[in-house]
Amino acid sequence: MKLIIATIKPFKLEEVREALTEIGVRGMMVTEIKGFGSQSGHTEIYRGAEYAVNFVPKVKLEIVVAANMADQVVETITNTAQTGKIGDGKIFVLDVQQAIRVRTGETDADAI
Amino acid sequence: MTTLAKLALPAALIALPSLSLAEDASVAGVNAATDTVFILNSLLFLVGGILVFWMAAGFAMLEAGLVRSKNVTMQLIKNISLFSLAAIFYYLIGYNLMYPLGSWGIDGVLSGVWGPGVLETVGVTAEGADDYAYASTGSDFFFQLMFCATTASIVSGTLAERIKLWPFLIFTIVLTAVIYPLQASWKWGGGFLDAAGFLDFAGSTVVHSVGGWAALTGALILGPRIGKYNKAGKTVPIPGSNLTLATLGTFILWLGWFGFNGGSQLAMGTVGDVGDVSRIFANTNTAAAGGAIAALILTQLLYKKPDLTMVLNGALAGLVSITAEPLTPSLGAATLIGAVGGVIVVFAVPFLDKLKIDDVVGAIPVHLIAGIWGTIAVVFTNGDASLGTQLYAIVVVGLFTVIVSGIVWYVLKATMGLRVDEETEINGLDMAELGMEAYPEFSKG
Repeated sequence: MKLIIATIKPFKLEEVREALTEIGVRGMMVTEIKGFGSQSGHTEIYRGAEYAVNFVPKVKLEIVVAANMADQVVETITNTAQTGKIGDGKIFVLDVQQAIRVRTGETDADAI
Repeated sequence: MTTLAKLALPAALIALPSLSLAEDASVAGVNAATDTVFILNSLLFLVGGILVFWMAAGFAMLEAGLVRSKNVTMQLIKNISLFSLAAIFYYLIGYNLMYPLGSWGIDGVLSGVWGPGVLETVGVTAEGADDYAYASTGSDFFFQLMFCATTASIVSGTLAERIKLWPFLIFTIVLTAVIYPLQASWKWGGGFLDAAGFLDFAGSTVVHSVGGWAALTGALILGPRIGKYNKAGKTVPIPGSNLTLATLGTFILWLGWFGFNGGSQLAMGTVGDVGDVSRIFANTNTAAAGGAIAALILTQLLYKKPDLTMVLNGALAGLVSITAEPLTPSLGAATLIGAVGGVIVVFAVPFLDKLKIDDVVGAIPVHLIAGIWGTIAVVFTNGDASLGTQLYAIVVVGLFTVIVSGIVWYVLKATMGLRVDEETEINGLDMAELGMEAYPEFSKG
């Protein structure tokens, strides 16, 4: 099993969710986050004074899938969330040791 | 009076035809022609007063929206307390200090009438009225009181998020009992500024600049909020907690201003007066629109994005600008006078920040600087105004307000202290000074 953590632009969330559902992803965790990467924030003006927005709003997806599906998920997110402009986000893939469904006690592949 | 009743209540009269028959007969103690003037003048004061009262709600909402959520309860308690103190102290001292009705202690400068305001008797008759040819004393007191409270409301926004509650309220007492009524007597009480030919229809100088000068003096003595200006000397924006409330507050003030300026016609008993009140309503409205649009376009051009808080301030600056002369301008001139107010705001807000004068809600640009502009702008449309006299009055009122309020602020600073301590300021005045929050479920701003 793999855990795929993806940070994407908030406006791409719905499109990414639809694309992932189509390829058979059955669940995901979504969090509204702020952060910075190579984009390093930007500046805005409030009442005539410039200020730095150091942390940019992003949406974080966490998806656990069978190992053989991970590449397809990563590819789908990349294709869907990409705008080509700075700040499109990042994807990380981690190994997952165990998964349990709380209601039934099923484990691993049966639990995701 | 019969004619009026028919105009005002046609449905009731159709439903009760016997009533109109009864009113056609002459009634003892009723003199329709002269009573009408007394009644309509008083009615203008009452309706105008209600509208100006509502401006207190506008100030409260504007300020609640432009401070951080950790200071909202404090801002609200200041607003309702300052209004209530103004009501009491204008009654106790201010009303008679402002309107000596010719009984001067020092001619044209200081009223000789000291003591509480007194109303007419219950069920007053034409013979018993203080001024039957004009209006009821109660309506006049009610209307004028609201202007005094408005002056006090202006101060609280500038000094928000760092001043202690009680010293602020004590200052409010001095402002509403003495500072405002005394200088207002010089113009509206028939004092030396009035005699000099100074023109200020509804109070760009008498009300708004006085609030603005008191706020500026307070801001200089109090100092900026922690973190407003960084070590490099740059301004650090501190965004307000709720621009929805700030916008609602601005619209409420805009509404109230129809009473503020329209009521200041001070009479509605003739065709000419009603026509003038109507002109004033229309001019007041268009000046606010001019101020808002000027700020909208200017912030778009200067900053690439329009700034809502500046547009709100721009509308209010437009209103303050037209307040000194809302009657004589054409609609076009009124729009331009208001628009200049909007331009003033967009440049004055960052300018004050350069001087490290921290004005949380922009009251100094809106009420003081646009107030000065509006007072000068009288000369463009009113041939009776002279630039020299307008400037003379601006300087006299400004010096008086700055000196007296400066003394009061310094005395309060030396005795009680003006500022909350650093920890309180950072944690928010709501929890530290009041022990309650405006938004207890989620406020940790």
